[in-house]
Amino acid sequence: MKLTLKIWRQANQDAKGAMHTYELDEVSEDMSFLEMLDVLNEKLNADGEEPIAFDSDCREGICGMCSLMINGEAHGPEVTTTCQLHMRSFNDGETITIEPWRAQAFPVIKDLVVDRSAFDRIIQMGGFISVNTGAAPDAATMPVPKDKADRSFDMATCIGCGACVAACPNGSASLFLGAKITHLGELPQGQAERNERVVNMAAQHDHEHFGGCTNIGECSAACPKEIPLDVISQLNKDLRTAMKQGR
Amino acid sequence: MATDTLVKNARAARTTIALKLAMATSGLIFIGFVLMHMYGNLKAFGGRDAFNKYAEHLRTFGEPMLPHEGLLWVIRVVLLVALVVHVASAAQLAARASKSRPVKYEVKKNKHSSISSRTMRWGGVALLLFIVWHLINFTIGKVNVSGGATTDPFNLLVDSFDVWWLTLIYLLAMLALGLHLHHGTWSALQTLGLTNSARSRKAAKTTGLIVAVVIAGGFMLVPLFTLFGVISK
Ligand code: HEM
Ligand code: SF4
Ligand code: FES
Repeated sequence: MKLTLKIWRQANQDAKGAMHTYELDEVSEDMSFLEMLDVLNEKLNADGEEPIAFDSDCREGICGMCSLMINGEAHGPEVTTTCQLHMRSFNDGETITIEPWRAQAFPVIKDLVVDRSAFDRIIQMGGFISVNTGAAPDAATMPVPKDKADRSFDMATCIGCGACVAACPNGSASLFLGAKITHLGELPQGQAERNERVVNMAAQHDHEHFGGCTNIGECSAACPKEIPLDVISQLNKDLRTAMKQGR
Repeated sequence: MATDTLVKNARAARTTIALKLAMATSGLIFIGFVLMHMYGNLKAFGGRDAFNKYAEHLRTFGEPMLPHEGLLWVIRVVLLVALVVHVASAAQLAARASKSRPVKYEVKKNKHSSISSRTMRWGGVALLLFIVWHLINFTIGKVNVSGGATTDPFNLLVDSFDVWWLTLIYLLAMLALGLHLHHGTWSALQTLGLTNSARSRKAAKTTGLIVAVVIAGGFMLVPLFTLFGVISK
C-alpha cells in the first residue's frame, strides 16, 4: 500500500504545532497502525529527521496509551484501540490524517503525545475503595448478585484511554467518569464511599476543564471497550442522590 | 492547561451535572407547558366561540379561590423562572464546552450525533428569539400584521395565519422546537438518571421522538389549516 500521511508535529508543550505531510510506500496491510508509524519513523531516522513521537505501551489493547485521532475518529475506523487497528482497514493511495487528542485537559507534550494525568487525578479523588476487603478467601463470603457483578466487570474494562473525551464535541469525560462510578457503585465494597466518590470525582472532572455532557453519544461510539451511555445516567443518578443526602 | 491540584470541599451543587439537572428540570417544565398550549390551540378547529371560551376560561380558572387571571400569573412566573434557569445554564455549559477544546481538529467525524443533538444551542437561541416575537405577536403587543382588530383572540389568530410569511415563520419555529424536543426529552431523562439500561435508553429516545412529533406537529396544524382556509372567521 502507498499512503499519504498528514501528521501533527509539535516540538514541545509550548511550541506552535502544524500538520506535516509524509509519503509512505510499501505498507503491508497486515501491519498494525503503530507498526506503520514505526516504519515511517525508521525512514525519518534514516533521513536524519526527528522521528514522530507517539504513545504506546502494551500494544495489545489493554493499557490505553495509544491515543490517536485517525481521520477524525478516535482510534480510527474500527471499534478497537489504535494498536489493534490494522492497515487493512485503509485503502491503497488513501490520505490519513493523524492528530493528538484535543482537549484543554490533555495538553500536547510532543507531536501526538498528550498528558492524560487529569484522569489520574480524577481517580485519586475517589476511584478506589479504601475499606479493608480482606484476604482472597474472604471475598467469597460477600455475595454479589450476578447481574451486578457482570455490570461492574463490564464497566471495569474501561482502560482510561481518553477516546471518549477526544470524540466528545463538549470535551467531556463523562463516559470515563460514569464507567468508574458504575464499576465501584455496583459492588457492596463500593457503598461506604459512594456519595463522597461521585461528588469528589465529578468536581475534579470539572476542575480539570473537561466540558459538561449534553448526551450526544459520540463518546460511546468511539470507546474501544464499548462502554454504554447508561453509565452517564448512573453517574447523574449517583450525583443527584448525593446532593439529596446533603453532599 | 491541565491543573495539578486536587479539589477541596467539593459540593454536588457546584458541578456541571447540577447545571444539567437545572437544565433538565426547567426543560421538563417547558414540555409540560407546550403540551397544554398545543392542546389549547387545537380549540381553534372548534371555531371562534370554542377558542375564545377556552381563552376566557384560562383567565377565570380557579375563581373565586384564585383571583382573575390567577392561574395564568402562576404559570407565567414559573415559566419565566424556568426560562432564566434554562438559558443561564445553557450559556454556562456552552461557555465551558468551547473552552474545553481550544485547538480544533483538522478532521472530525460525527459517528453518533443527530441533527437534533448538534443544533441544541443554535436551535435554543432561535427558540428564544421566536418566543420574544410570539409574545409580541399574541400576548404583550397584540400585533395584527393584517391591520385588523386585536381585541378578539380568534380574530387575531386567523388574521395572522392568513399571511403566508407569518405562517412560514411559525412553521420554521415549530421545526426548531421539534428538533430541540427530540434530543431534549431523552437528554433530560438521561440527565435525571432514569436511563440506566439499554432498554430504558431506547424507550427514552422513542419518547423523545413521539413528544417532538406530537407537539411540533400539533402546533403546526392550526397555522396550516388557517392558511388553507379550513379555519376561518
Ligand atoms: C419551549 C421552549 C423550550 C423547551 C421545551 C426546551 C426543552 C429542553 C429540554 C427538555 C432539554 C434537555 C435538558 C437536558 O439535556 O438534560 C433542553 C436542553 C437545552 N436547551 Fe432547551 N428548551 C426550550 C427552550 C430553550 C431556549 C429558549 C434555549 C435557549 C437559549 C434552549 C437551549 C437549550 C440548550 C443549549 C440545551 C442543552 C443541550 C443538550 O442537553 O444537548 N432551550 N431544552
Ligand atoms: S470510557 Fe472507553 S473511551 Fe473513555 S477512557 Fe474508558 S475505555 Fe477509553
Ligand atoms: S498500546 Fe496499550 S492499548 Fe494500545
